[in-house]
Amino acid sequence: MEASIQEAPQEAPKQYERRYTEGAQPRRWDDDRLARGLGWFSLGLGLTQLAAPRGVARLIGLQGDDEDRKAMIAIGMRELASGIGILAQRRPGPGVWARVSGDVMDLALLGRAINSNRADRNRVAMATAAVAGVTLIDLLAGQRLRHRPNGGGRLAEAERAHERGVVLVRRAITVNRTSQEVYEFWRNFENLPQFMAHLEAVRILDDRRSHWIATGPAGSRAEWDAEIVEDRPNERIVWRAVPDSEVPNEGSVRFVPAPGGRGTEIHVELRYSPPGGRFAAKIAKLFGEEPGQQVAGDLRRFKQVMELGEVVHSDASIHRGMHPARPSNELPRIAPSMEGAVR
Amino acid sequence: MRAICWEGKKTVRVEQVPDPKILNSRDAIVRVTSAAICGSDLHLYNGYIPTMERGDILGHEFMGEVVEVGRSVGNLAVGDRVVVPFAIACGQCGACQRDLFSCCENSNPNAWMAEKLFGHSPAGAFGYSHLTGGFAGGQAEYVRVPFADVGPLKVPEELTDEQVLFLGDILPTGYMGADLCNIQKGDVIAVWGAGPVGQFAVASARLLGAERVIAIDRFAYRLQMAVDKAGASDVINYEEESVLEALQELTAGRGPDACIDAVGMEAHGHGPVYAYDRTKQALRLETDRPIALREAIMACKNGGTVSVMGVYGGFVDKFPMGAVMNRSLTIRSGQCHVQRYMRPLLERVRKGEIDPSFVITHRMRLDDAPRGYEMFLNKEDNCEKVVLTM
Repeated sequence: MEASIQEAPQEAPKQYERRYTEGAQPRRWDDDRLARGLGWFSLGLGLTQLAAPRGVARLIGLQGDDEDRKAMIAIGMRELASGIGILAQRRPGPGVWARVSGDVMDLALLGRAINSNRADRNRVAMATAAVAGVTLIDLLAGQRLRHRPNGGGRLAEAERAHERGVVLVRRAITVNRTSQEVYEFWRNFENLPQFMAHLEAVRILDDRRSHWIATGPAGSRAEWDAEIVEDRPNERIVWRAVPDSEVPNEGSVRFVPAPGGRGTEIHVELRYSPPGGRFAAKIAKLFGEEPGQQVAGDLRRFKQVMELGEVVHSDASIHRGMHPARPSNELPRIAPSMEGAVR
Repeated sequence: MRAICWEGKKTVRVEQVPDPKILNSRDAIVRVTSAAICGSDLHLYNGYIPTMERGDILGHEFMGEVVEVGRSVGNLAVGDRVVVPFAIACGQCGACQRDLFSCCENSNPNAWMAEKLFGHSPAGAFGYSHLTGGFAGGQAEYVRVPFADVGPLKVPEELTDEQVLFLGDILPTGYMGADLCNIQKGDVIAVWGAGPVGQFAVASARLLGAERVIAIDRFAYRLQMAVDKAGASDVINYEEESVLEALQELTAGRGPDACIDAVGMEAHGHGPVYAYDRTKQALRLETDRPIALREAIMACKNGGTVSVMGVYGGFVDKFPMGAVMNRSLTIRSGQCHVQRYMRPLLERVRKGEIDPSFVITHRMRLDDAPRGYEMFLNKEDNCEKVVLTM
């Protein structure tokens, strides 16, 4: 039996350009524990404040009248929210910073109380000292979570890009065609508007340069020249807008044979700085223009064009926005706003 | 043209809408001659399937005559009489090439909606909400049929509409329910639900060689049909006895070798568990009431198969995973891959091995469809299947 095991063909493991072990880099355990501790502290404090608002008010030296009670309940709700924010989210950082801003608010309220005649000054002073201590711990935890190397995972990378006002989108799809077929179609950039909803037209200028016209949220328009930076037939194309473009952007697409004759994997990576920077990106998101979703839709249509020769339409999908599933006099077209629209 | 449109919970209307036109090169336009109301249309009618829009044309069981073909449709001509599968499939993606037509990767333009609910998207379908594409349905005078070179099946003139209409959905669906059970000599099969799909599951289990087939329902007329027409050997009326006890007795403690759920997300039942599911569904805390499915799992023999053909829309509660895991059960399921089954089933119909028209209890005009929905929902006048003609 052993012999047969040894005789089994030893195939070298396939080398993937991107392995998912990247995402496995752990956060530092100590930092996480500190953040989680603060999360539980928030929950405990919040629940106590909600259950016994007057009691807590008196404990910190206030009178515990109706006004104090209302303030305690509001603060308790806030504590619950930051506790849940820390414990329930993949990244505790924002929740910890919410705690810091809560601390500042509490210190301000206590500062006002210590100067009023209604309060027990000794108790208020003690409470202030306690809150100041907690504030220090919160600040420390927030700093540590912010400054950690943060190398791991797709989220971290997208977040870092976002900090610089760059939208980073990565999407992939498998197409039932050879890498040569998909490469050749993509390499002719004039084909891209066939499946990219936001692209109005691309004109080839020469071997390396092309002119792109795109539409953005709320009817905005942008044009730029792009140049090919890298071109490896059947494997990879990298392009970027020429310097000083209206919408700085770059993109790459890799074509990888899918295992076991499953066609070709198309891996797309886009980076762009929307005019208006981070703010504009947030606004676009608010209006349902989620860039990842957009690219996912583009790739789905790319698959349709490659496998079927055209984009598939339904009675509803040819309309911008929602439309009942019934015939209309509209002409078929790609209606981008359906993608990622919030329903 | 006239079409049956969904106008909100428990409201369908006959409306005048524009005629369909070719949108893609592989489309055909079919003039509908017969259409049916499906049990799964009742899930839409009752408002349990998300992403419906007021004005959506319903209907995914239909047949008719080709009146126009797109430039890439080579196999159909104007005048051909065809039955159309309910699920739309391109025939060229990885899923279609593995015969998983109802999982077609290209036919749902709203795949992103389905991904939110299901993780990945299934195929597009006629008249079945926007998360399966927003395609107008076939309870109408005309319908646009995408990928007309893959789906529609030409049917011979000597067979009537009523004999072949169900090849587009419920006959293959019932048949697939039995096919997934991998029936062996001596097998006892239990079928939950004696609606049309349940009837065809019973008949198919017989065709595939089951020793005994047990039909389970709460309506005596449906159980009677299962015995008289579909060939059930035994029936259980769950209003009158405990299904699990009856199955124990009928199988001498083994449990059925395979169980087919032909009920789906709006199952009925008894007692506190039923009340629990009804309440949670009404409050939108669960989308589906899996009463029949739970029972099928509990009843199934150790190592047996539970074949789920009833439609589920989202999430179920109190799923007996312990029974599945500890007793080596296999759950098999799927929207029917109609394109896989309709040709061999047409052969069986032609040879007279099965005449699916036995489920039809009511025939009416398209204009009377709103009444048909109501009757079918309330099981008025022993309603089993409503067929609409133009």
